[in-house]
Amino acid sequence: MADEKKELAPELKEKLKAEFEKDWRKEQRKSVPAKERMKISRQKMPERPAGVRNRDFKEVNIGLTPEMAQAEARRCLDCANPQCVSGCPVSIDIPSFVKLIEKGEFLAAAWKLKETNSLPAICGRVCPQETQCEEVCAMRKASGVPVAIGNLERFASDFERLSGSMRIPPLPPPSGKKVAVIGAGPAGLTVAGDLAKLGHAVTVFEALHEAGGVLIYGIPEFRLPKAILKAEVDYLKRLGVAVRTSFVVGMTATIDDLRNEGYEAFFVGSGAGLPNFMKIPGENLVGVYSANEYLTRVNLMRAYDFPAYDTPVFKARTAAVIGGGNVAMDSVRTAKRLGAERAVIVYRRSRMEMPARTEEIHHAEEEGIEFQLLTTPLRYFGDEHGRVRAMECQKMGLGEPDASGRRRPVPIEGSEYTIDVDLVVCAIGQSPNPLIPQTTPGLKMGKWGNIEVDWTTMATSLPGVYAGGDIIRGGATVILAMGDARIAAAQIDKYLRR
Amino acid sequence: MPKILTRERLVPNLHLLEVHAPEVAGKCRPGQFIIVMPDEKGERVPLSIADWNIERGSVTAVFLVVGTTTRKLAALAAGDEIPVFVGPLGRPSEIASFGTVVLVAGCFGIGALWPVARALKAANNRVIALIDAKAEYLVYWKDRYRSVCDRVLFSSRDHALGSRDFVPAPLERILEAEAPVARVIAVGCTYLMYASAQATRPLGVKTTVSLNPIMVDGTGMCGACRCTAEGKTKFACVDGPDFDGHQVDWDELFMRRKSYFDDEIKSLCRYEETELP
Repeated sequence: MADEKKELAPELKEKLKAEFEKDWRKEQRKSVPAKERMKISRQKMPERPAGVRNRDFKEVNIGLTPEMAQAEARRCLDCANPQCVSGCPVSIDIPSFVKLIEKGEFLAAAWKLKETNSLPAICGRVCPQETQCEEVCAMRKASGVPVAIGNLERFASDFERLSGSMRIPPLPPPSGKKVAVIGAGPAGLTVAGDLAKLGHAVTVFEALHEAGGVLIYGIPEFRLPKAILKAEVDYLKRLGVAVRTSFVVGMTATIDDLRNEGYEAFFVGSGAGLPNFMKIPGENLVGVYSANEYLTRVNLMRAYDFPAYDTPVFKARTAAVIGGGNVAMDSVRTAKRLGAERAVIVYRRSRMEMPARTEEIHHAEEEGIEFQLLTTPLRYFGDEHGRVRAMECQKMGLGEPDASGRRRPVPIEGSEYTIDVDLVVCAIGQSPNPLIPQTTPGLKMGKWGNIEVDWTTMATSLPGVYAGGDIIRGGATVILAMGDARIAAAQIDKYLRR
Repeated sequence: MPKILTRERLVPNLHLLEVHAPEVAGKCRPGQFIIVMPDEKGERVPLSIADWNIERGSVTAVFLVVGTTTRKLAALAAGDEIPVFVGPLGRPSEIASFGTVVLVAGCFGIGALWPVARALKAANNRVIALIDAKAEYLVYWKDRYRSVCDRVLFSSRDHALGSRDFVPAPLERILEAEAPVARVIAVGCTYLMYASAQATRPLGVKTTVSLNPIMVDGTGMCGACRCTAEGKTKFACVDGPDFDGHQVDWDELFMRRKSYFDDEIKSLCRYEETELP
């Protein structure tokens, strides 16, 4: 797989250097001595109180005030060799946008972000900055506490949106080339934005009835409000991107059909739409959901507002969510908000191995989520109507590290116990969706059902067909999908102009 | 948004919906389904495709009015638009020269099996249709079936069209008279499909059924439609909807179809009190 923290391309290094040497940057650096900058403490993201927010679906984080954002931006040392940029999968010019915030030029900061990232309001909310840009931040090395780059990204893009004047960059003359993007998730939307800005005619084909992919069906309102997503999609439409919802590429039309209609290049970002189950007894009982189904019912179909909306979802007294990733956290916090007295994470390893973001785990704890760690379900029991009523669990110990580098969970014999549950959500990962692979002859597949690509170009085995995101990675993150998408967009542009 | 070309009542409680969806029409194969959402607040529900017309650019489904969604659909009229009409979804039915094929159709399945009957006849099969309904006035598309099938038989509880018995008895009689029967294909309510599969099991006649579990996205993403067939969990939307009726865990299917029974009633009450036109 491609390295997440890559060496910067020489052109990008040159560009960053030129920005670094601009007069306003020099003045900005000189205005506050580094020593003073280091004394400023990290601005804490204001949040709604846990006891209030765990009963509704409104956003948890409130956002930094302009004063807080400028104070936070002042913490940035404006390094000559900024590591944060190489920590970012889409290589945002982080020092420039942070320093524009420090200067109080919030709109300019937002535009700077949009040069490299079409969806900054989303990334500012859902990226795991602590393992990317913020992990390599010089302030982290110097003081232990990195600049809150993610919160600043969110601030600048929110400021632009709320200002009511989302700027459309000048667009080049149309290239006359048609590109089909398959899947309106984070990867597809990113490719669409990049290629539209290069003058190509982009159509995004989406199987569901709303654009966003995992951003609409998966990530809940309390973490990413739908209005934010809608604003980002509207921005892409204003760039000239066409979005065709309720169109299943592979079924409504194949890639070959679209080629015959004049599309010259393709990006497949159809995602990890095939939920995994553990294949244990009782998993098909009523009340046992995949996380995809549970979250889709609540987010895309608005089941939290049933019966005003027609799609129902089970409300539980005790909800058990199996898994330790972000999807598990989203599911368990959703169950709590839908009224569960007990909402429990059941995870087979320990806290240290949990793949969820620290912030999400922390928020979940505050909201009263229970954690049964080093625990795995063995079977589910149902009542006479087939509704799940209990689960048998087993305690686990940790053995030697496995292929993922994390210590392997080992069952402890005789530790089995049963808990009463009336809702189970299985959040143990997804596999790539099979529809495109099955209907696209000649597309080379990997052994996990993923599409195989050349990781330097995102090119598949078919000419003009590129892919990125979960369809090549299995379950990963929004920002890694967007990183793939940026590489693919540049290569598609090259391919179209060959 | 796709526009409705025809929406009419075929027989009491069974309605026809013809929608302008040229891209979908161009891709339809017998045995596939579409997902519809009657309005912006509606549920996504699967409906079997009952016909399509490439010249008109239209796709037709026949549905039984059961809950809120199907009531909303039945209240729409030609010229109205519906927000979601997506497909075709699912694997097409297997069509080949099998020999003698018996179709068992009931309810919406009379519509759903029509494209299958037509395709099987075109593939040189001897096609026998057994159409079941509670009463004669609930049978539709008789003439369509008579135009392609070698024999069309009926069973209805009112004794008006021949046999009065529910499957299995009339099916067993056909299997005996038409032996050897290469394949039975049953589409309709879950009980009809279950009873057909039970009837053919002792005779070892391969029996295909089109499963109708609850779905949400219909493209394999959510797993709501999982059912057990051949001892494994399958997704009806992408692995089916056709399965070998002798290999299906019917108890599980009946149980999962009833998952939201209480909520369905609650939803319907709200609809009738506040929205019913």
